[in-house]
Amino acid sequence: MEAYLDNSATTRCYNEVADVVQKTMLTDYGNPSSMHQKGVDAEKYIRRSAEILSGILKVQPGEIYFTSGGTESNNWALFGTARASRRRGKRIITTAIEHSAVSAPASALEDMGYEIVRLPVGRDGVLDIHDLENALTDDTILVSVMMVNNEIGSIEPVAEIGEMLRSRQPDIWFHVDAIQAFGKLPIFPKRMKIDMLSVSGHKIHGPKGSGFLYVDRRVRISPLIYGGGQQNGMRSGTDNVPGVAGLGVAAEKICASMQENAEHMYELKERLAHGVSDLNDVRVNGPQDLRRGAPHILNLSFIGIRSEVLLHTLESKGIYVSAGSACSSHRRGGSATMEAIHASREVMESSVRFSFSEQTTEEEIDYTIGVLHEVVPQLRRFTRK
Amino acid sequence: MYQAFLIKYAEIGIKGKNRHLFEDALVHHIVRALKKVEGNFSVTKEMGRIYVRAEGGFDYDETVEALKTVFGIAGISPVLIIEDMDYEHVKDAVAGFVRTVYPEGTPRTFKVAARRPNKSYPHDSMELNADLGEAVLNACPWMKVDVHHPDIILTVEVRQSIYVYSETIPGPGGMPVGSNGSAELLLSGGIDSPVAGYMIAKRGVQIDAVYFHAPPYTSERAKQKVVDLAKIVSKYAGRIRLHVVNFTDIQMAIYEKCPHEELTIIMRRYMMRIAEKFAEKDGALGLITGESIGQVASQTAQSLLCTNAVCSLPVYRPLIGFDKQEIVDRAQQIGTFETSIQPFEDCCTIFVAKHPVTHPILRVIERSEHKLDDVIDELMQTAIDTTETIVIDEE
Repeated sequence: MEAYLDNSATTRCYNEVADVVQKTMLTDYGNPSSMHQKGVDAEKYIRRSAEILSGILKVQPGEIYFTSGGTESNNWALFGTARASRRRGKRIITTAIEHSAVSAPASALEDMGYEIVRLPVGRDGVLDIHDLENALTDDTILVSVMMVNNEIGSIEPVAEIGEMLRSRQPDIWFHVDAIQAFGKLPIFPKRMKIDMLSVSGHKIHGPKGSGFLYVDRRVRISPLIYGGGQQNGMRSGTDNVPGVAGLGVAAEKICASMQENAEHMYELKERLAHGVSDLNDVRVNGPQDLRRGAPHILNLSFIGIRSEVLLHTLESKGIYVSAGSACSSHRRGGSATMEAIHASREVMESSVRFSFSEQTTEEEIDYTIGVLHEVVPQLRRFTRK
Repeated sequence: MYQAFLIKYAEIGIKGKNRHLFEDALVHHIVRALKKVEGNFSVTKEMGRIYVRAEGGFDYDETVEALKTVFGIAGISPVLIIEDMDYEHVKDAVAGFVRTVYPEGTPRTFKVAARRPNKSYPHDSMELNADLGEAVLNACPWMKVDVHHPDIILTVEVRQSIYVYSETIPGPGGMPVGSNGSAELLLSGGIDSPVAGYMIAKRGVQIDAVYFHAPPYTSERAKQKVVDLAKIVSKYAGRIRLHVVNFTDIQMAIYEKCPHEELTIIMRRYMMRIAEKFAEKDGALGLITGESIGQVASQTAQSLLCTNAVCSLPVYRPLIGFDKQEIVDRAQQIGTFETSIQPFEDCCTIFVAKHPVTHPILRVIERSEHKLDDVIDELMQTAIDTTETIVIDEE
């Protein structure tokens, strides 16, 4: 049996997505910038996806800019704001638990003379909005907060933050990294007063190399990529028709049954957490009330077993998980998120992330629970003495 | 300017009647290294010298880099070959060479060192020294002659053509791989063992390697890292057979049955035993390790005695007297360092005791090993039988 429980790293494409990707590669392969019919045919896919996405978010199609994925969207939001608003100020506020696609550009801006404030979070991984209020200054230009943490699934109070910012200092742009949230939780940028929102395609069963940045009409940011002037000159480069078309199809499908999906994944999450609770020394990292975290992420520490060892053992049984954040596994040392929630060394070293999709089945979870009961006691016999 | 390189070799020159074998091996390895470089090269042996000639366009730096990976090369001299031996033409060509290679603004002293193995040429070496020196002075007023301590020695050799060179780029030295038998390298993902392999290969020894893999404690990426390291070493050492031995069960058995502080030393003894089995299969005449006295607990003099006791083949330990920083410097030169420091655990670092024995006593270790008697032969055999062999060949 195989159980793919690493859906926060990436997801399997929907069949419909693969179909439309193939169609735009083999049949409707034109360049939307071309004047002839082939170009017009291809452009329809771009328009259609922009309509789908704007319909989901209840925004204007013109506020959706397609990018190469979540990392570019986050980079653009930060660098684009920094450049466009540099005369207003140089202070950017973010959190200590952002994904590296936000934290690394923030550090790069810090090197360029910007002031970066990284707010702490509580043990549950949630930001206290009062800390943010206290950090605001007149020269603050941007607040960037992720909606769902990719490692522990904590949900940040972005609607409250948006409301507070808009009423107190509406000229501060509010960027939300929604890469782990889109398709899982309802997001309405207008109501939540979000100015920019990053989304990635491959986390929602779309193609890799696809994504978008929502930019509210009122916001002025500089482009990151210059060239042929596509997408109103805001993001040049030949439109990635297969990626954009696939992204649209994926978003439409995943959002059509978001509530049922979330319920299904919460049940799986609880099933797994309860199923292993009789193994001694298992900790839940992140919100202890499982329903207060994201539906698709469960981060557990099996104390005494190094994450990678458990990962490779599970792998040999066909179960695929992540040790910490997949994107940070190339670095040694603890993850910033685990450090921010004050996880002890032993909790950090044994942390494993299980992440689900709506396609994950109860059978897969039960199989995983069974395997964990088999291997965890075995592995605990062999630990560093 | 340059279309050719003169290859200088050091120790091959003193190999008596076997000299041609060493030279042929060197030519073979030069050809192999140049296959990766874009360009049309010919490698020839002429009168006790090896020349690399390029037909048409080629990239000078890439070519030199490739030649620097060939053991046996002591120096690489880029050469100007003058085919037209007319004396006036030769003078112009030599003067033009100096003007191009040492342009104005860099005042230098030089002397001409002419040799005339081709005695039918009408001007002897004294004349050549004087006339060519004059031609250079006329063409390059910023140059001065200094026959005692010149910055530049302009070597001019009159053979069937005239060869002019003034610079020798150091090669890696050593002897051509394959000219000194073969040995089995215990390769881990660390900094030391690839350097040890490099150093023994430099002495002309062909190399095969054994890597001990311990899934699930070591990952597929740790293995990939070792494959990558073997590839870098094979740039110099040529083909390497890499044996990937699954060591988990042996390690577990030691862990369960033997005193924990002796785990590493006992583990290393089994690694040596297994490596020797592969040495036998590969026809290797020795084992190579990256050990250096006192670097870690398993490399104290007492520990080395204990690991050495299980081997009948000689164990080559080229880093034995090196400090860590010296090894790191070498690794950086060779190009293995960046790969070695990727953070994947290898099986030497898992399960390490907090306080491993540093002064093991051979008798005690042997007694501890007896606790494995009922299982170890079978575990060893299984490990050897299930080994995956990867042939690493840079060509």
